[in-house]
Amino acid sequence: MNNLSHRKYIVGAIFSVICLIFIIRLFNVQVVNNKYKLDSDNNVLRVITEYPARGLVYDRNGELLVFNEAAYDLMLIPGQLKEIDTNLFCDLFDVSKEDFLVKYTKAKNYSRYKPSVFEKELSTETYGNVQDQLYKFPGFFVQTRTLRKYPKNNAAHILGYIGEVNNAVIEKNSYYKSGDYIGKSGLELAYEELLRGKRGVRKILVDVHNREKGSYNNGLEDTLSVAGQTIYSSLDVDLQAYGELLMQNKTGSVVAIEPKTGEILCLVSSPGYDPNLLVGRSIKTNYPILTKDSLKPLFNRATMAQYPPGSIFKTIQALIAMQEGVITEQTGFACIRSLVGCHNHPTALNVAASIKMSCNPYYHQVFKRLIQQNKAKSIFKDSEIGLAKWAINVKKFGFGGTLKTDIPGVKNGLVPGVDFYNRWYGEGRWAFSTIFSLSIGQGELGVIPIQMANLAAIIANKGYYYPPHTLKKIEGVDTIPSLFTTKQYVGIDSVYFNPIIQGMLAVVDEPGGTARRAKINGVSVCGKTGTAQNPHGEDHSVFIAFAPMENPKIAIAVYVENSGFGGTWAAPIASLMMEQYLTDSISDKLKEKRILEANLLNVKPKK
Amino acid sequence: MRNRTNVFTNLDWVTILTYLVLVIIGWLSIYAAVYNEEHSKIFDLSQRYGNQLLWIGFSLLVALIILMIEGSFFTSFAYPIYGFVILMLIGVLLFGTEIKGAKSWFRIGSFAIQPAEFGKFATALALAKFLSVLGINMKDLKTKVTAIAIVILPAMLILLQNDTGSMLVYFSFIIVLYREGLSGNVLLSGIYTAFLFITSLLMRIHTFTFFDKEIGGELLLILILVGIGAITIYFTKKMKKLWIIIIAVLICSIGVVFSVDYVFNNVLEPHQSKRINVMLGVESDPHGAGYNVNQSLIAIGSGGFSGKGFLNGTQTKFNFVPEQSTDFIFCTIGEEWGFLGTFVLISLYLFLFLRLIFLAERQRSTFSRIYGYCVASILFFHFLVNIGMTIGLAPVIGIPLPFISYGGSSLWAFTILLFIFIRLDAERIYVLR
Repeated sequence: MNNLSHRKYIVGAIFSVICLIFIIRLFNVQVVNNKYKLDSDNNVLRVITEYPARGLVYDRNGELLVFNEAAYDLMLIPGQLKEIDTNLFCDLFDVSKEDFLVKYTKAKNYSRYKPSVFEKELSTETYGNVQDQLYKFPGFFVQTRTLRKYPKNNAAHILGYIGEVNNAVIEKNSYYKSGDYIGKSGLELAYEELLRGKRGVRKILVDVHNREKGSYNNGLEDTLSVAGQTIYSSLDVDLQAYGELLMQNKTGSVVAIEPKTGEILCLVSSPGYDPNLLVGRSIKTNYPILTKDSLKPLFNRATMAQYPPGSIFKTIQALIAMQEGVITEQTGFACIRSLVGCHNHPTALNVAASIKMSCNPYYHQVFKRLIQQNKAKSIFKDSEIGLAKWAINVKKFGFGGTLKTDIPGVKNGLVPGVDFYNRWYGEGRWAFSTIFSLSIGQGELGVIPIQMANLAAIIANKGYYYPPHTLKKIEGVDTIPSLFTTKQYVGIDSVYFNPIIQGMLAVVDEPGGTARRAKINGVSVCGKTGTAQNPHGEDHSVFIAFAPMENPKIAIAVYVENSGFGGTWAAPIASLMMEQYLTDSISDKLKEKRILEANLLNVKPKK
Repeated sequence: MRNRTNVFTNLDWVTILTYLVLVIIGWLSIYAAVYNEEHSKIFDLSQRYGNQLLWIGFSLLVALIILMIEGSFFTSFAYPIYGFVILMLIGVLLFGTEIKGAKSWFRIGSFAIQPAEFGKFATALALAKFLSVLGINMKDLKTKVTAIAIVILPAMLILLQNDTGSMLVYFSFIIVLYREGLSGNVLLSGIYTAFLFITSLLMRIHTFTFFDKEIGGELLLILILVGIGAITIYFTKKMKKLWIIIIAVLICSIGVVFSVDYVFNNVLEPHQSKRINVMLGVESDPHGAGYNVNQSLIAIGSGGFSGKGFLNGTQTKFNFVPEQSTDFIFCTIGEEWGFLGTFVLISLYLFLFLRLIFLAERQRSTFSRIYGYCVASILFFHFLVNIGMTIGLAPVIGIPLPFISYGGSSLWAFTILLFIFIRLDAERIYVLR
């Protein structure tokens, strides 16, 4: 059969060709084509984000204000989803099939390979029930994260809340990823970077059943998460709670500052809300409810509401006038009611008396001297020069947007200057007579309650303040931002504060003072009432105060909307707050009862 | 006659060495495939690599025994051995145990033996015996029919066991028959039929539009075939004898195209049709029928050029690839040793196949030569289907990779198959049968 032996070559050739085909194919699959390598990582690599515990928040006395509670998010990597028993899944997690499909599609549209949150915050029981069944659903896994809890239910506006980060932030800051939580307001926002800590990443290998098989690359690519820092707020939560209690059924705000440090002791905006309402998945339902509430509980009046200051502004007018030398401590003005309306009182013979009696014509004349200093021939030009200088001086008190604080979203308020009136009336078309209502804190002036409290602190300190802040201490760090420890002088010599303080003491202490209700037995309280005319309704009741006079420990501003004369409501509230803070008790239970029972929400608008 | 007493000096150590290298590669790959840190001792009978080590030991013992048996034993007892295995194959149909849907196992205690594995060398012996009869001519119809019958008989019995993979291996004997004189046309028409079958499978899912008329893919294929036939006839006007052949081929081709539907829907099992479709890319089903191949490709592809290193494979170790120590063992090699590893392994196999052809061709005895070709063909067919399957070039058919896949029966069967030939080769100088 020798004629057939050439066939060995054909057989050999067939063998060789097949092997060559295999080698070419393998070269293509293993070397040329990258697709399979990526697929293999997706098969086995699971990137687990380790969310650090967010920092705790305590109050100035070590009372816990904010802590964390574990929550379990069910995550899905759509690309790893294999055939699963959807019925069993829907039963276990209590979702409908339609929901399942909607959520699955959403996750798939986001990414096939990156995990998306499928179901947020499984309850601990649900998690316990499904934990050992989870392996049946490859592609699903549980990620632990934490929710904020507020044991005291108070100070919602100051503490703020956290929520899912929005796209605008993600685009700006590469740290955040979709689904991350971020501080949205208050302390949570202001100290986000301290509180959030640092996210860690753990790469693990999983097998076909999604079971963890160990770390990837011996954990060399893992990063540890760093827990958020604990911070101490300057708040006194007991005072805060008391303030919220007093302000119940009233709209307005109470801001108390420790003058010596600028630390905010309490910041009440009423009506408020329970911070626990804006936690985790309940945000979705509660946020719209709070937004729709006509009393705007989410609106932080203490830092965002702009009001005319009313008569409390007379203190500044007097201080600037004395510093400018247009009056002295002993200057007296007649109460000429034709200039501006006033109430019955003896003539104010000096600055202290003018404060005590809150004489409007007195300050009309003081302000006139400030604005019209005869620096120019034209009365209009003269007013411009006077107002420009006045506005500069007023702004040094932290009004009109110059006050720095660590509370996010504080509004500026308005100190109208030359430009403002030029725009309003036209250049050379306004003079003192046009703007005189500024003299008594009315007109175009707009101030924010926290600025009023700061004014009280400035007077208490006789000429300086520390920018008000809610941070007292960062655990493990000796300092707080230097902004909050730098004295801001207001440009008034401290001697000029004496008559003001005397007058404010008389407001509370002496017969004929406008705020006798603010008196606290055994404590020398200095205060100043204000009644801000409100074109939309009943006047707003304002009171600023500090105590004790000799060594001020608390400066306070109370603003009660639509409640009439400042001495009626704002003064007693401020007094109760100060007494509570200074003596930890209330001596005049009747005064307290009157406030607690007052409902000023439904005061009819003035006709 | 000195050498006759000591057969070991005439052994082809090159082949034996290749065999040993493949067995060792196999064992290491099984170790890697099922490796986990809790069971790292190599001789652990609760683990597959422990068992495999035991079976390798037995195999070497079997090899040694075979080497001691006179070659004449195999020529003399070729038919009895064949007969015995046929009886076993019948027996397994009656008394066998079903494992994974195939009733092809004898269970003796905790061991299970698969007679189909032994059918291969028995058939090889019988075929060699039959074709080595002096003066036999493959051109005789009777010879052809008998030879094919010898092959078909065990193949049908194995098909009855529902073990399609093992049955297909018997197609490899066509290579032997071809070498021994079967017309090349048979081989060609086989390839042609397969080509036509696959083409019509691919074409029939499409429709084509010509001059606003939609034509099914199958019809288009037939039109093309008729066209080619017509052109051929036009150019061979003067050789009218050829016409008959051309027309016959054409009719058969059309028959094949039309039979595709029938074969696909009635002869093949649904899962087999599906596997073929997935391989051809007609269907995509990465979680069902395509899962194995997809995962297998991912594993092999992720090895890259130089692999992830021994025991560092992730795809195979974490059970993404099914049957990773048996039919898909090649994945482990591809993943851990990369293209370098697969290149070396394929080269090693090719070397073995060519070596076997070389050895077969140097035999003076027809029996030994035919048997040698049987060995080469059987090994090659396993190699072709197994690796072809893991790299997505062949449909998923569960047959082992010779010497490497986990499993006692297959290792023993391959060892017996190969070492009978090595023994025959060692005696080539003295024997003229």
